[in-house]
Formats: sequence, structure tokens, C-alpha cells
Amino acid sequence: MSKALLYDATLCIGCKQCEQACAEKNQLPYNETVAGEERQSDHKFTVVLSKGDKFMRRMCMNCQDPACASVCPVGAMHKTAAGPVIYEESRCMGCRYCMVACPFGVPKYEWSKVLPRVQKCTMCADRVQAGKPTACAEACPTGATKFGERDELIKEAEQRLHDNPGKYVNHVYGLTEVGGTSVLMLSSVPFEEFGFPAELTRDPLPLLTYRVLSRIPDFVPLGGILLGGVWWITHRREEVAAAEAQESAEKEARKARKK
Amino acid sequence: MKFRLTFWKAVLIALLAAAAYATVVRFAQGLGRSTNLSDQFPWGLWIGFDVLCGVMLAAGGFTLTAAVHIFNLQRLKPIVRPTVLTAFLGYVLVCVALMFDLGRPYRIWHPLVMRNPHSVMFEVAYCVMLYTSVLALEFSPIVLERFRLERPLKIIRKALIPLVILGVILSTLHQSSLGTLYLIMPNKLHPFWYTPLLPVFFFLSAIAVGLAMTIFESSMSAKHFGRQLELPILQELGRVLLVVLAVYGILRIEDLVHRGVLQQLFAGAYQRYETLLFLLELVLALAAPLALLAFRRVRSSPGGLYLAAVLVVLGFITNRLNVSITGMESSAGLHYIPRWTELAVTGGIIASGFAMFGLAVKYLPIFPADEPLPAREEPQKAVGGNVVGEAIPEHAGD
Ligand code: SF4
Ligand code: SF4
Repeated sequence: MSKALLYDATLCIGCKQCEQACAEKNQLPYNETVAGEERQSDHKFTVVLSKGDKFMRRMCMNCQDPACASVCPVGAMHKTAAGPVIYEESRCMGCRYCMVACPFGVPKYEWSKVLPRVQKCTMCADRVQAGKPTACAEACPTGATKFGERDELIKEAEQRLHDNPGKYVNHVYGLTEVGGTSVLMLSSVPFEEFGFPAELTRDPLPLLTYRVLSRIPDFVPLGGILLGGVWWITHRREEVAAAEAQESAEKEARKARKK
Repeated sequence: MKFRLTFWKAVLIALLAAAAYATVVRFAQGLGRSTNLSDQFPWGLWIGFDVLCGVMLAAGGFTLTAAVHIFNLQRLKPIVRPTVLTAFLGYVLVCVALMFDLGRPYRIWHPLVMRNPHSVMFEVAYCVMLYTSVLALEFSPIVLERFRLERPLKIIRKALIPLVILGVILSTLHQSSLGTLYLIMPNKLHPFWYTPLLPVFFFLSAIAVGLAMTIFESSMSAKHFGRQLELPILQELGRVLLVVLAVYGILRIEDLVHRGVLQQLFAGAYQRYETLLFLLELVLALAAPLALLAFRRVRSSPGGLYLAAVLVVLGFITNRLNVSITGMESSAGLHYIPRWTELAVTGGIIASGFAMFGLAVKYLPIFPADEPLPAREEPQKAVGGNVVGEAIPEHAGD
């Protein structure tokens, strides 16, 4: 079964323990300066944003049908059955299409390095594989970030919406966005205010390109036959003309001989 | 031959020198310090111009080989060689540009063995690779003739039609796929440019630009190499260009109306910056050349054709840059302006294109006057060992 995270912004106290746990897990530097950075980057895979007393976590949504994995020409990004979307550095050639395609602008690049990698949260794929929760969920002191089965977390999120009318924006973000994500979110502040894209389709984004790409296998033989046909017709005319000319010339010659 | 430094040669050398320096900076210090790219704006000038425009500008290759070899428009035959040459150089330069843009260029071969057929980029990579090989083969007879290698020459000529067909299919696929690349970003690309028809528009405009580039090149060659195509050929190209542009224009306007963009535009719903560049594109690529070509007088004069061709080329360069740069800026929340290193590399790539074209024209039988006509007109007679060789006239100037 596929795992997921449920982040409930109303339970979050902005302590940034998840940020720190994430940095430790991924062996990234973490200090005052990094804690102050409000942007995901090659050295900060998750950020806790604040607006007054409201908080919001941003991280890779580990989409169910991820755009990043679909666009990667060499299959360096990959959705695992357990939920996490992982990155295999040894395949990546650095075309950065994943960065351009991700609807949440998640993958980041090591711009300062001569041989850079793409960097993003991979939902602690190794820990999840070993049956453990993600580092951030384990570190969260209030249960704002909760790890579990996706199906169960969806039920729980809907229950919370149901039990607390008016407390939340009436929406589980990530339930249907771009076909669903493995990170689900609840908030009392509209998600767009924290930079989440509004009006995302319910269809997975890869469908948009797949609809076009899937026609290629039909197009190639058809195109070949069509072009070959045109060639045959346009050149056949010449051949016929040439043959006719030759025939009539021969007839003439025969006539001439008879006489 | 003595080397004479003319103004244009000086410009070329200056551009190449700047590019050489920028190359050192790029590979010694990495993308971060040599470009203005960032996490918010990961694709810049090298993708927008060198790759998207580069492939588009090289589209004459498949357009013309199809017209001559498939549709049998023999009148256009004299310009097949210069066009195939331009296309081949264009694709080689696109590959060079990619080496600059990829974060790990030494892994450029990875798509060969690590396949993701769901990726548009994967498909483009394959098509570009295969098509560059096809172009090399289509171009090879010129080199083989120059060195009188009969055997390979005969094989290539036999395989020419299948090669041309393969080239047309591959081109159709990747020219349109460069538009498909952007289909996955409905929330990022500005509504002026995001449309499900992107692949169709990219393909049609590639044909238009292919034709326009052929007209443009012919006029340039006339100036610099003293070789020009006959006016009737140019006029024919102009007529086809008019038709392609008209089809593109109708589809484009219909699409804009259908998606409600034009209505919104008149209601003033969009930012000045995007609107201006959008209108600039439409005027350069569509309105102006269509207006020019609609007049028979303009369509039949070399000057008028040249002007229309230049407009079309500039217009669709604007279009590609709009899709890849202008249209992505508002969702990224910044204005991207290339760094000098990016400009220098692009300038150097363009310059080397011109330099290589010049050299090829000088040393290979590219233009009609150099063509060994007897051998090409009657290839079926060239069965015996070196008949073709004997038919090749001494090439003037070598
Ligand atoms: S949020 Fe972006 S990077 Fe993360 S899985 Fe989805 S598409 Fe990929
Ligand atoms: S940058 Fe790497 S991971 Fe991203 S799409 Fe390109 S090859 Fe794949």
C-alpha cells in the first residue's frame, strides 16, 4: 500500500523541527541562516512558512503520477510503489526538464557546482522502505505532520473537515490535484496565499503530453506509406510518359521498317 | 591563397574569441556562475534560442527534400544542396549548444540506453540524433563527389528516397514535439502561448521558416558568394510560403478566439510586457509578411521576397523566445536577461555556422554552377565503375 504524509497547518506551531530533521537525514547543513531561508533550494528540501500566527509547510508533493518522472528523458525520477518519488543521480544528464515541468516548482539544482545534481525531498524513501516514518513526521512534536497509509490519511483528513466546520478551508489539498499527491494538506488559510498553484487539473499532467506522444506509433508507418505513395504517384507519371514515348518511337520505327 | 581580413571576417573572429572565453568560464565554473539561470528560471537563452530556434531555422532541409524528391518539384532542385547543408550545420550546432546547456554534458548519450518513452524530451533526443545522421547521409554525396568515391556514392543514391522519407517523418515528429514539450505546463506558460495546438503550430511554423530561410539564404549567397538562384524558383517558394502562413494564421487566430484570449486582450486583462511581445510576434510573423506577399508585385520581386522572408524568420524567432522565455516569466515571478557568457556562446555558435557555411560553399560543389549535372541527371546509367567520376567536371577554384 502506498504511504503518505498528512500536514495539518492548524496544528503546526512553526518550530521548524521538521526542517532540521530533514537536513540531518539528507546530510545538509542546518543553522540560523538556513532556518531563516524561506525558499526551497538545493540545500533546503522543506520550508515552514509563516503569515502572522499561521504556518504552512512546503515540500515535494510526491505526486501519484508525477510530471517530473514523466518528462525525464532518462528515467532518473521515479515513483515508487511505496509512495516516494525518488531521484537516481547516476542517470541524470542535467537537462532540467523536471524543474520546468513540476507544477509546484519543487526540483532544485546545485547551480554553484560544476557538476550539479537535482535536489528535492524524496519522502525518505529508504526509511519508508524499512517501514519507518519520514524523518520530518518523526520529529514533529504536535502531530501536524503525520505519516501513514494514504487511504487512511485521506479518511482522517475528511473526518477533521467534517468534525470542525468552518475551521478549515473545505479542501484536502493533494487529494485530486494533478491526479493526487502523496502529501495531503489541511489549512485554515487559502493555499494560494502560500504560493500553491490554484486551479490545478484533476487529471495527471503527464496525460497532456501522453495524448500526443501515444499517436507516434501510428503516425510513423502511416506517414511512411503516405510519403511513399506520393513519391510513387509523382514519379510514376514520368515513367509512364517515358515508356509511352519509347513505345511510340518503336512503333514509328517499325512502321518505317515495314515501308 | 592569401588570407585577407575583411570586415565580416573580423566580426567572425571577434565573436569566436568571445565564445571561446565564455566556454572556458562555463566549463570551469559551472552553470550557476556562467548563466543567469536559477531554480525559478531553469531554461534560458540556450534552450530558447540555440535549441528551439536552431531546430526551427534548420527546417528547410526536410521541407525542400520533400518538395523535390517526394513531390517531384524538380524546379527547386538547384537549392536542395545549400539547404541540406544549412540544415546539417544547424543540427550539429544544436547538439553543440546542448553540450553547453546540459548540467552534465558527458552524459548526453544516456537516452540511448536509459529510455523513458513517456518523455517528450526523450523522443526529441532520439529524433534529433537520427535526423542529424540522416542529414549527414543526405549531405554525403556532395563530399563523396568532391573526392570521387564512387562506390559509397552509388549506395547513397539508391537509398536516397527512403532516406528522404525517414527524414521527413523524423522532422515532423521532433519539430512538433518541441511544442509538445510545453504541453505539460498549463499553469506555467502564459495563456497567449499555452494551447493544446502547440505541436501543430510548431510544425507549421517550422515549414514556413524553412521556406523563408531558403529565400533568405539565396539572397545572402548572392551578396557574399556571387551566386544566386533564379527568380522563378524564389517566386515559387514565395507562393508556398504565402499559403503556409495563411493556414498558420487562420488556425492561430481561431485558437486565440476559441480560448477567449483575444476577447480578454481587448478587455485589457493582460500585462503590458507580455502583450507587447505577443503583438510584436503576430505582426512580424503573420501580419506584415502576409500583407507583403498578398501583393503580386511584391511576391515577384527579389527585394520584396527577401523582406518577407526576413520578417517571417524574425517573427518566428520571437515566437520561440516568447514561448520559452517571455511566457514563462510571470509564473516564475522574474525577468530573465541572459548573462554575457550566454550571449557570447550563442553568438559564437551563430558565427561558426556562418563560417562553416562559407567554407563548405568554397570547397564543395554546393551551388548549381558546381553541380556535376550529367551524373546526377542520369544516375541509372552510372553502372560501370567510374562513369560518374568521368562525368564530374573539374571543379573551378580548387
Ligand atoms: S511535486 Fe514536483 S518534484 Fe515532487 S513529485 Fe510532484 S512533480 Fe515531482
Ligand atoms: S535534470 Fe535530470 S532528473 Fe531532471 S529531467 Fe533532466 S535528466 Fe531527468
